[in-house]
Amino acid sequence: MSSDQQPLLRVRDLVVEFNTEAGVARAIDGVSFDIYPNETVGLVGESGCGKTVTGLSILGLIPSPPGKIVQGSIEFMGRDLVSLPEEELRNIRGSEISMIFQEPMTALNPVFTIENQMTDVLTRHQGLTRRQAGKAAIEMLDKVGIPIPEQRIKEYPHQLSGGMRQRVMIAMALSCGPKLLVADEPTTALDVTTQAQVLEQISLLQDEFHMAVILVTHDLGVVAETCDRGIVMYCGNIIESADINSLFNHPRHPYTEGLLNSIPRLREKKVDQLPIIPGRVPDLFHLPEGCRYGDRCNRVTDQCRQTAPLLQSVTEHTAVSCFHPVTQTSG
Amino acid sequence: MSTPLLEVRDLKKHFPVKSGLFHRTTAHLRAVDGVSFTIEKGRTLGLVGESGCGKSTLGRAILRLLEPSSGDVLLNGTSIIDTPRSGMLSLRRKMQMIFQDPYSSLSPRRTVAQTIREPLDVHSIGTPAERRQRVDELLDVVSMGLQVRDRYPHEFSGGQRQRIGIARALALNPEFIVADEPVSALDVSVQSQVLNLIADLKRDLGIAFLFISHDLAVIQHVSDDVGVMYLGKLVEFASAEDLYRNPKHPYTRALIAAIPVPEPGRKRARLIVKGEVPSPINPPSGCPFHTRCAEVKAICRSELPAAVDVGEGGRSHLVNCHLYGKASD
Repeated sequence: MSSDQQPLLRVRDLVVEFNTEAGVARAIDGVSFDIYPNETVGLVGESGCGKTVTGLSILGLIPSPPGKIVQGSIEFMGRDLVSLPEEELRNIRGSEISMIFQEPMTALNPVFTIENQMTDVLTRHQGLTRRQAGKAAIEMLDKVGIPIPEQRIKEYPHQLSGGMRQRVMIAMALSCGPKLLVADEPTTALDVTTQAQVLEQISLLQDEFHMAVILVTHDLGVVAETCDRGIVMYCGNIIESADINSLFNHPRHPYTEGLLNSIPRLREKKVDQLPIIPGRVPDLFHLPEGCRYGDRCNRVTDQCRQTAPLLQSVTEHTAVSCFHPVTQTSG
Repeated sequence: MSTPLLEVRDLKKHFPVKSGLFHRTTAHLRAVDGVSFTIEKGRTLGLVGESGCGKSTLGRAILRLLEPSSGDVLLNGTSIIDTPRSGMLSLRRKMQMIFQDPYSSLSPRRTVAQTIREPLDVHSIGTPAERRQRVDELLDVVSMGLQVRDRYPHEFSGGQRQRIGIARALALNPEFIVADEPVSALDVSVQSQVLNLIADLKRDLGIAFLFISHDLAVIQHVSDDVGVMYLGKLVEFASAEDLYRNPKHPYTRALIAAIPVPEPGRKRARLIVKGEVPSPINPPSGCPFHTRCAEVKAICRSELPAAVDVGEGGRSHLVNCHLYGKASD
């Protein structure tokens, strides 16, 4: 990431709400961040923190109703995607911005062959003929590491394994050479050995296609291995954003620190008790006053319980929303 | 030698694959294909493997929730498999299960107290007042307040539901619990809370666990011994300490190397295993891992490797691989 570059994507003060039986749930509450060309940014947090909704809103895929972007802008290469008509958004989606999903079985249509689904994208966005599109699709499948692509392309999704289906999804998402790929938990449903293969493939293709990747995940290990930068979300807010080294080596927000500590990781020596974060994530209808992490935080003060901290820049590319950030320690 | 708490002998579970007009059995899916091990009283065996390796089927076959195809399971020296159906109820008091999905494993129509009390009702233990008291005790053991007694599962988060499921499994004071992926549906911050609870139970109540997980880091935290499964077979079996410090089987090594580590910049020489797990309907000849193994030799393709003990200092460390033992060069 270089500071002289213009951001590819500029999200400002985004608010997304969902109408539910229990009332209006604010799934994301004032989220702002930039994505620069060619970088990989990890969007991390636990279930319900708003990371997936953030990813979906970039592509205008928030199911509406019940969801709605009620405030904010998503600027992509000079255009505000929030105010763009659906027709124009459709031209961008799948060609300039692509998305891959967690469960490749539900994201692929079970009644069409891989060829059918892949050529659809290519004829729609690239204006290729069916024959040209078929050839381009086989090339793409080859690139994502599918053996015997000319045979595989005739098959239906159920004939492929989970790892293969995810590769097909990636091939489809990249077939039009997007500038930005939003990958929502792309390896969560896969086994570790397959996950390693798929992550390797994504990073190889990223270099080849010069695209930016937003990796939405709950797995901090995946972020550490693949991303340049990390954005941590909690209860609909960004609570910390930093380059990968400072995020993991010097986390500033107590939540980031707590998350890092509580991951069961391979250890030299077995410990008696894993460090934990006490309590649990508050639900969106009963958010505490002040800082949303306050009830679980070990550094909480009266100030935190009264006013919510805002995301403040610490250095050019690091920001944290905490009144009492974890101080830098050596090591 | 004293009898181990649980002994599994050459256990197999094959599922018939039916096809065609007359629904004939055309093949067998070898979910569990000859697994043997023992668990001593109060110890935890971690069973690790990727999806489809047969680890969950093995867990269920041991409790006879699935009828094994062959082999034997002995609890305190008594065969579970030979026990007639009528005798199973009393055996089940000693062995319980914790399930993966805290959402589908609790009845939505029963209150917390009813759910936890159910095993006591089924086994007719105690008077109603005693049962009520036992429920309160159990809620305390899993660190939930008594005010939750009359609430329903939907009011709780995944981590709390898993605590309710654990309380239910503890109701009968079992000696042995099969925990099938008990934390994989939970968020990290909650995962460690539940893992700590299980570690406490093991220490305070002396319960033996078969802890099934795909996550090697989770397994390390709770296990005394670890078994690695691949395509229905155990490929390595050792104490947790030995297995993690000195993994022998190429598959175990690859599994360990594939875990993403939350330390940026530590780009390990990744041992990326090629290809995918073959189908258990038509497993490869010889060593089941030979199609993906980087160190494959000619003998691996034709001959199934037997367990070789490569343990040091008197501790057993079994590995089923031709790279070890007398067959190696």
